[in-house]
Amino acid sequence: MTDTVVHEDPEPGKDRPAPLITLRGVSQTFKSKKGSLKAVDDVDLSVGPGEVLCLVGESGCGKTTTARMAAGLARPSGGTVEYEGRDIWSMSKQEFAAYRKSVQYVHQDPYASLNPIRDIHRTLVTPLRKHGMAKGRKDGWDQSAKLLEQVDLTPAESYLPKFPHQLSGGQRQRVAVARALSLNPKLIIADESTSMLDVSIRIGMLNMLGKLRDDLGVGFLFITHDLAIAKYFGWHGRIAVMYLGRVVEFGPTPQVINDPQHPYTKALLDAVPEPDPDLTRTKKAGGGLRSSEIPSLADLPTGCSFHPRCPLHEADTCDVLRPELEAVSADRKVSCHVVGRASPLHVPAPRTGGNGE
Amino acid sequence: MPTTDPPKTDGPILSVRDLHVAYKTGDGKTVEAVRGVDFDLYPNQSLALVGESGCGKTTLGLGLLRLLPKLGSVPKGSITFNGRDGSSVDVLALRKQELRKWRWRDAAMVFQGAMNSFNPVLRIIDQMGDTIRAHPDGGRKPSKKEIWERSAELLRSVRLEPNRVLPSYPHELSGGMRQRVLIAMSLLLDPKLLILDEPTTALDILTQRAIVDVLHELRAERKFAMVFISHDLAIAAELADRVATMYAGKIIEAGTARDIFYGPRHPYTVGLIKAVPPVVGDLPELASIPGAPPSLSNLPSGCSFAPRCEFAEDRCTERDPELDAITERSAGTTHAAACLRWEDVTYERKVVERV
Repeated sequence: MTDTVVHEDPEPGKDRPAPLITLRGVSQTFKSKKGSLKAVDDVDLSVGPGEVLCLVGESGCGKTTTARMAAGLARPSGGTVEYEGRDIWSMSKQEFAAYRKSVQYVHQDPYASLNPIRDIHRTLVTPLRKHGMAKGRKDGWDQSAKLLEQVDLTPAESYLPKFPHQLSGGQRQRVAVARALSLNPKLIIADESTSMLDVSIRIGMLNMLGKLRDDLGVGFLFITHDLAIAKYFGWHGRIAVMYLGRVVEFGPTPQVINDPQHPYTKALLDAVPEPDPDLTRTKKAGGGLRSSEIPSLADLPTGCSFHPRCPLHEADTCDVLRPELEAVSADRKVSCHVVGRASPLHVPAPRTGGNGE
Repeated sequence: MPTTDPPKTDGPILSVRDLHVAYKTGDGKTVEAVRGVDFDLYPNQSLALVGESGCGKTTLGLGLLRLLPKLGSVPKGSITFNGRDGSSVDVLALRKQELRKWRWRDAAMVFQGAMNSFNPVLRIIDQMGDTIRAHPDGGRKPSKKEIWERSAELLRSVRLEPNRVLPSYPHELSGGMRQRVLIAMSLLLDPKLLILDEPTTALDILTQRAIVDVLHELRAERKFAMVFISHDLAIAAELADRVATMYAGKIIEAGTARDIFYGPRHPYTVGLIKAVPPVVGDLPELASIPGAPPSLSNLPSGCSFAPRCEFAEDRCTERDPELDAITERSAGTTHAAACLRWEDVTYERKVVERV
């Protein structure tokens, strides 16, 4: 890696278990006809065993690209992805295989992620065989049945011979989770895994994932655009709010949700409808933003990329200097000139501006 | 912002009585997707239809405007629309030509999935122009300038920039912009009834907020009645004066938004609300409803929710309960639940952890 910037520990404070996965200054640039697009720009994150890190933000903010890099499905164009302290892209073939086994990805769409011509048993037993974890036919069947029980699909025997088209969306998504669990992963990357499900099924699924987190100590990188879901699943975890490829706010979930600091996080929370007729009528029109249109990644605004929409925008600062993600309290970070200045931890220091690095 | 209590009005704009909708299935049988729905919608009210997938929300919405697919039919029931001139229209008896005129002019629909509702090779101005030309005012052909001005005015009312949007093709607009164009188009002929099917599903939070804001504004300005279909209860809380919960093709609870969200009395509605996480505040206890909705071709006897219901008793499997009034009110805002045990059903949100 050519990255020479020394990155501090992605999260300050707190006694945390050694992280499973660590992203250090990770960037991803895509080439397009209109030039290069920086989909993810200098992101630092980490997830430990049994922890939940929620990545939230609008479409196109870089959540999925970040997740794909964490899963080793895409190679970052800058920065490093480490698994148990080792850079995954300089691992030996064997080490990389072990990492891929430990980190499993659950996709958004259970209609597309399951092979339609494989029955559930074959879907589950294939990864077990491939990694030499199933000894013979009987063992494969038993292990598959146990996996289905873990995701509350019982009686397992009645589901194993079925094909995906015979299952409902919620059941398919449980199969997708069972498949991810087949290799005893330490970390699950769930990319909008519950967003296509009906309300009641979604909560059932989240409660099931919560059991895996609490009982098996599985870590979660949980990607969602739904702040209510992030709050519910990640209450004991942390949340990273992304905007146009960068993390703009980071901190413990209850604090970020109930006392947001960054104007973008505030706008998101001011905009979400609540299942409470009196409360929801206190929401702000347009989330209190100056513009509802998200700028294009191909033509990012100068300075803080949020400034054209920001209600706190200050001319000559926000449109010129790019704010860094800085600590505002022991365990919270915000990337905003205006909010950062009010923080007791603020150190006035000259910063290099512009988008170029 | 509208108040929670719907305005008092004279007569209903739409009266639906014992409406049934059936679909033909492959093996020559029919399945009833809507099984006897009654409601009155009064001018300027907004009614949300909520429920899980497959409960008949969209079928009911399509049935109201007779937009059902070929295999769908209305074997029973009546839909009466009371027009602005005091005339009463029997929607199910309208002939093809009359129906075409009635739609758009009196009642319009905004579909789920904004991209599929456009012709991808026509510019927005041409799509809007087609609608205006198909419904000429007093038989006179509108000029190009008139079409542009009328379209531009509506686009401004949904907070879009006409000079940017009108010459564009659908694919050149974002999802949220397309959805707003559809809403603007549905209002081209100033209908008194608007049906929206999942108007904000699959949109980002801030885009969703923009649509919700626009709908609030448009309703205040243009005073249309609205039926909107949503699986998202938070959107229903935000946009609805009245809420009707559907299950297995029937309305099983109806009332004002406050009735439904603060004092639901049908165990299914309680289950739905308990499954929706609020965003701000403490960590609540959430629970899913056990089991899955029944197959419409093989409904359980008695109350169709009974197999999933914690309140179910023997008598629940013996007869299918009718909507029973809990609080009688005027203008269709009576709170009613189709549950034999509604008096025993209460709702309280338990907090697991405080902030």
